[in-house]
Order: sequence, then C-alpha cells, then structure tokens
Amino acid sequence: MTVLLPEADATVLARRAEVVAVLRRLVSADAVIDDVARMRPYESDALTAYRQLPLVVVLPETTLQVAAVLRWCHENGVRVVPRGAGTSLSGGALPLGDAVLLVLSKFSRILEIDIEDRLAVVQSGVANLAISAAAEPHGLYYAPDPSSQIACSIGGNVAENSGGVHCLKYGLTTHNVLGVRLVTMEGEIVDLGGRAFDSSGLDLLGVVVGSEGLLGVVTEVTVRLLPKPESVRALLIGFPTVDDAARCVADVIAGGIIPAGMEMMDRPAIHAAEAFVQAGYPLDAEALLIVEVDGPPAECDHLVAEIEQLAMRNAAESCRSSSSEAERLRFWAGRKAAFPAVSRIAPDYYCMDGTIPRRRLPEVLQRIRALSEHYGLGVANVFHAGDGNLHPLILYDANQPGQLEAAEEFGNDILRLCVEVGGVLTGEHGVGIEKRDLMPEMFSTDDLAHQERVKCAFDPKQLLNPGKVFPTLHRCAELGRVHVHGGVVRFPELPRF
Amino acid sequence: MRPCDENEVVEIVRAAMAQSRRLQWCGGGSKRDIGAAEEDSALVDLRGLQGIIDYDPSELVLTVRAGTPWAEIERALAAERQMLACEPLDVAGCFGRSPGEMTMGGLVASGLSGPRRVVAGSVRDHVLGFRAVSGRGELFVGGGKVVKNVTGYDLPKLLTGSWGRLAALTEVTLKVLPAPETVCVVALQGLEAAQAWQFLARVLGSSVGATAALHFGPGTARAESLTVIRLEGFEPSVAARLQGLHGLLAPHQALLTLSDSQRSALWASLASLDVLPRDRPIWRLSVPARRCSQLLAELAAGDDRWLFDWGGALCWLASHVEPERLRDAVAAVGGHAMLWRADAPLRRRLPTFHPLSAALGALEERVRSQFDPLGVFATSRFAGSVDAH
Repeated sequence: MTVLLPEADATVLARRAEVVAVLRRLVSADAVIDDVARMRPYESDALTAYRQLPLVVVLPETTLQVAAVLRWCHENGVRVVPRGAGTSLSGGALPLGDAVLLVLSKFSRILEIDIEDRLAVVQSGVANLAISAAAEPHGLYYAPDPSSQIACSIGGNVAENSGGVHCLKYGLTTHNVLGVRLVTMEGEIVDLGGRAFDSSGLDLLGVVVGSEGLLGVVTEVTVRLLPKPESVRALLIGFPTVDDAARCVADVIAGGIIPAGMEMMDRPAIHAAEAFVQAGYPLDAEALLIVEVDGPPAECDHLVAEIEQLAMRNAAESCRSSSSEAERLRFWAGRKAAFPAVSRIAPDYYCMDGTIPRRRLPEVLQRIRALSEHYGLGVANVFHAGDGNLHPLILYDANQPGQLEAAEEFGNDILRLCVEVGGVLTGEHGVGIEKRDLMPEMFSTDDLAHQERVKCAFDPKQLLNPGKVFPTLHRCAELGRVHVHGGVVRFPELPRF
Repeated sequence: MRPCDENEVVEIVRAAMAQSRRLQWCGGGSKRDIGAAEEDSALVDLRGLQGIIDYDPSELVLTVRAGTPWAEIERALAAERQMLACEPLDVAGCFGRSPGEMTMGGLVASGLSGPRRVVAGSVRDHVLGFRAVSGRGELFVGGGKVVKNVTGYDLPKLLTGSWGRLAALTEVTLKVLPAPETVCVVALQGLEAAQAWQFLARVLGSSVGATAALHFGPGTARAESLTVIRLEGFEPSVAARLQGLHGLLAPHQALLTLSDSQRSALWASLASLDVLPRDRPIWRLSVPARRCSQLLAELAAGDDRWLFDWGGALCWLASHVEPERLRDAVAAVGGHAMLWRADAPLRRRLPTFHPLSAALGALEERVRSQFDPLGVFATSRFAGSVDAH
C-alpha cells in the first residue's frame, strides 16, 4: 500500500550524527538506538502494511528527559513521532525517515491507586490491563478494554481514544481519563485535568484525548476506576436474517436496556470462528448476537429474561444464556478469536472500523456484499452492534497481484458508504495514515482548518507526528490568516488578552 | 439581534469582524448573571434557531438546533422514557430568574452537569457533534452524529463548557440514554462532612451503583446534615442495590426513605441553591473528593453554609471568605474555584474562572485565539477583571 508521507528534510538527515549525539547527552547513551538492525522492530505499528525506519529511536524514562528532547528538537526543527506499545491499527505510530521516534515504554510504573476516590495515577507506558490488575485487590478496575489490552499502553489509548467491547455502557478512554501530564513540542510540561472531575478554563484534556499524538506527548495519566460488577452473564442468540438481529438490538435499547456489550457476527464470521475454536455457535444462523449484562445477580437475571423475550419476538432461532463463568467465556471465545479465525480462511485480511447509525445496518451489509462481489474479495463482518461500530474484515492474498490494492479500494468504498449513511470513518481505531486521505469525505476544508488550527496552537512548527490525521500539511501561517469580509483588515483598537 | 438560521449567524459575525464590534451570545439567559456584565458587546439571541432535527430513540442520538429550550427536549425525551444522562440543571432560580428558559446551546456552552455526573459523566461526555460559527465568521462542524466516533480531533469536548468564547453553537448532537424505570432516594442524618465523604466513597466504590451521592451541610436542607443517595434502574435491581446499601451501614445507622415530594424539593434546591444564604457570594469548588471536608473546615466560617455533590468532588460554598485565600487553598489541593453568584462589583473585580498557571494559560489563549483571532467573542464577561480592558 502506498501513502504519501511528508517529504524528509534533507538538512535533518544530514545532521543525523549530531541528533544521535545530542539525544545520548540529553537522555543516556544506552537509551538511544541508531543501528538499523535494532531499529527494525520499530519500523511499523500494528498496521504492518506500512513500514518506515525512523531517523533514530530514543527511550527516555522521565518527563524532564522528554521535555529536554522535545525542546531541542523544536529549537532545531527536528520532527518527532511518539510511540507507546505500537499496537495502533491506523498507523498512528508509523515512523518518519527524518524524525526521532520517541518511545515511551520505559514509563512503566503505576504511581498510585486511590481506593476511596477511585482513581489511578500511572505512567503512560503502563499496559491497559496492568491497571485493572493493580486495582483488582481493591475490587476496582479500569473499564475501557481494547482487544489489545494485554499489550497496548494507556498513553496509546489516550492518543487514540481507544474503545473496546464494553464501551457501550462504560464509554471510551476519554470518558475514563481524569487528567494527563502533557509535554508540548516546545518542551513545556502542563497538567491537564487532574483528580478533580473537571478543570478551569477550556477543556484541553478533551481535545488531547484522541489527538493521535499530534498535540503533545503524554507521560502520566490519571484514570477513573470503577467497582467490579458483582456478576456478569451473556446470551448467545442466532437469527435467520441480519434484519431480525438488527431489530432485536434496537428493541433491547428501546426497552431501556444498555447491555455491557452487544456484539454481532455475520455468517462468514460465525463459520470462521466456529471452525477455529468450536465455541458452539449456530452454523445455520445468518447473524449471531452476543449480549452481555453485568450488575447485581438479581439485575442480571431480570435483564437476561427480558432480552430472551425480545430475541424470541424477533424470530431468534436459538437463544442460550450463560449459567456459569466458563460458559460465558465460551460464548465470547469465538468473537474474541474472530480475527485469527479469519486469517485461517484467507492469507491476509484488512480490518475496517467505520460507525453507522444502526438503523442502516441491513442496507449497509447488503451493499458491502455487493462490493465484495464487485472486487472479487470475501468479507466477514464483526460488529459492535450496540454502538454501530462496524468491523468488516476484507479477505485477500497479498501474493496475488492487484489484490492488496483491490482490498484497499474496497475498504475505502466501505468507509465512504459509512459516511454516506450518516456515519463516520473511524469508531475506535483512529485516522492515522490509513484514513487520512478520506477525511474530506466527512469534513469540509473549513471544518478541517478549525481542527488543524488546534494543532497550530499546540505545535506551531508542525513537528510532532506530522503527516497523520490531516490529508494536507498546511503551514500554520496560512491557516491563521483572517479573512475579514467588508474591507476592514484588522481592529487595531481591540485589546488582546 | 435575533438570527433565524445559521447563515444569519455567519453574517452577524462577519459584520462584527468588519465593524470591530464584539458579540455576546445568549439563549434563555438563565446563567447571564455568571461573570461580569458585558457592556462592551452586542447581544445576539440564538433562540431563533429552534427545533429538533433528528431524534431516533433506539439510536440514542438527538440532534437539535441550539436555541431550542431544554424544557422542550426534556419532555420529548421523557415521552420516549429517555434522558440526558448528565442530568442538566436549570440554575435560573439561583439568580432570581424563572426556570424553563435554558436552551440546548446554553446547556452545552456552559457544560454544567447535575448529580448523576458522578457516575454517568458530564455534559461534555454526551456531546457527539455540533455545527457552529467561529470568530472567523466561518460555519464549521465537529464530531459526528453516531455514538462512537474518533474521526479527527474531539472538538465537541473543546466547545462544551467554553461559554461561547470559541464559537456560537447553532446545532448540537447529543447522546441520550434510557431513563430509569424505578428511582429510590434514601438519606442518613447527622453525619459530619468527613464521615459523609467516607460513607459516600464506600457506596460509590461498591456494587451498590448509586447514581447520586451528595451531602447537605447542617442548616441547609434541614437543621441536621443530610447525606443523600439515589438508586435507579429496573425494580429488581433497585431492590438488590438497596439491600447492598443496608449492608454498608454501621449497626446504629438507619436510612430514611425520602418521599417523591421530598426528593423533588431536594433536587430543586440543587439547581436553585435556595438552601444557601443569599447575603454572601457562592463559590463552586471542583476538588478531589477526599479534600472536600478538610477544605470546608478550613474555609467556612460559623454562619457560612455549604453542600457537596459528586461524593465530595463538587462543593457549593456560600461564604464571605476572602477570595484570594479561598482560591489559594483550593488550588493547593489540586482543585479550582469558580465564582458562581456574587454582586456585580465582585464579579467585575474577580475572574469567574480560577486563573490558570502561566504555561497552561498561554496554551489556552493560543487555542482560543485560533478560533477567534480578532477577539469578537472576547467580551468583558470572563476577561478576569475590568482592568484587562
């Protein structure tokens, strides 16, 4: 796959030895990696179709070191790409050839768990799941659970505003982060948010979460912890048509129930998963729903009974509810293994991530099937049904000439379709480089300019992770120009604050 | 001025840019007495932008023009047994105005949430998208119209609670949620502030799943203090949660169950703050919950009155305490103090919002000026003090 990255700055490339020497001085000799063999593992994130060696890799371990590196790079016009655990599915951490790759994996300490106020203060390289593990003895956990949670870092979650199967009820990263310590490209250290619920002034924390590493480097994160639910149960429901399943989902929500998770799989995904893990999925179903509820046992029993009724009313052909933890996990096993399962039925797959209004689901799946025929490539759909977040997995073989390009074109068509029906390009994976050039499908030039100017406020020289998210790298001077209509150019008498 | 559509809003902003005038946005005016008087700017009433554009209950999404009254939306949601989970409070009564005028634009622009915020998040957590006109005289959109979206920067969060300083909202899209089937409000009497925080922390950290956790200090709702917990959900669930709550009580403690009318009266006082004295300023303190009781002990004089919400993370304090001393004490524990209600001279003298650190203040100013480089929306209301002009 090809994507145009910002042209490498030849003067920076020529200064590589100096950059390496400075980083060794600012951080430490063994925290800098500059030989090709040892830089190789950093050449891509989880969007492995794109690869690029960085100028140099640096692994600082204190906020002051991060600030020193950024300040020097800012003063010297050197680009920086931040990286957490490298699990981005959209190329958010893809290196640039003329940029320092700033890796935060040494920020691995959990600094504090406050049991009464139910929060944790952790360094940004801590793995998502490690927070819940540390909170577990106190009956608490960190709710957002992206599928890569064993590996992905909380700093990366903040950058991407990561979701997970339970975000229908518990929200995305942004709803569960109280504060961050942020280092700006100029090397300034600021705390956004903190231990209070809101902060004075503009909600800069709100815009930093999900900014894909373009606004600053996060070194510390304060997250909300929740009490662990007393009990959890799941239902596995098979439907003869996608329409029936979609109607059941709408009825559950219209019935006042917000399940902890509500996942849908279509026939190809059901078959791939069942062949892989033998979870007991109904092979004659056109659509499968996994619905999970949590809370006090009395609440779970009540909700399970309600959902069973709604399933039957919507022509469900099979409906099982878990009566043990082992059974609940078995229901999930196929869904959780959907990606590896699909990779057994095709040499390669390409995972998409659009969101649509749920009422358009049957129509969207039908049009995806038509596109599948048009491109001659198979597709399996897994779907966060509760919130309309679609994950079509496009099947292809990179060794067959033209298939990779066709898969990419197919994927772009799916995302355009999502926008056309009132949805968005990405529900949880981020724009990165992958969907960057599709941004004009959703936003006008003026819309994008208002976003890009936020970047200019944080990083006026556009040195931090450039080439991601926005299709065109505009200069801030150009974006900042004010167009006064009516001939008056400025208001000289207006005071500036 | 009263524009009827967003194109007219664009024209008004462009004219103000060309004529070097400042503009102040107004909806129902429920919060107009927050901040300093705005004598330097022309009033633009956005209530001409009215009506629901799209509301599909099973999608959990509502799109509405900014000038639509919240009361109308609240009724439309209730008819579908849904709600805005952040529990907006119409604070008009606090300023001697009649409730019912607050608009959706004002609700989002102020970002003020009610008691459910402690578990369900704030207004900003439920704003999915918007259309707005920036100080550049340009109409732009941010976010989307679906409940899960990470495409581009999260500008809806930045505009929520920005009090009209970045852009005039013309349309907002919000996430809505099912309203609970059953509500049960219980209370304990006579707890000290520190005991109340501790008890509420235990409740919020348990599987009881309280959706409100607040504490009225002595001499407010009643002569004795009142610690209030709300449980909501399906009936069997509320019964189980109530049983769980009983398990957290000490042997000598007994829960009072509040009647519907008692409950409504308490909730009305949370919006109007009529349980606090009128003769002194009211401060809104956002603090780490564990610091709340200690701060109140430090700052409140004998006849001052207070209550706290969100398990202690939000304190309302009516006090003559010296403002600088209060702000220093609140900042020292990692919180901030907003001047909520005060006479006009104090509002002219003091910045409404807690001043930021130099680095953060500079960053915020750079963000603000990207949306409004000419200062069309930079009125005296939040300028800090009249001297800034």
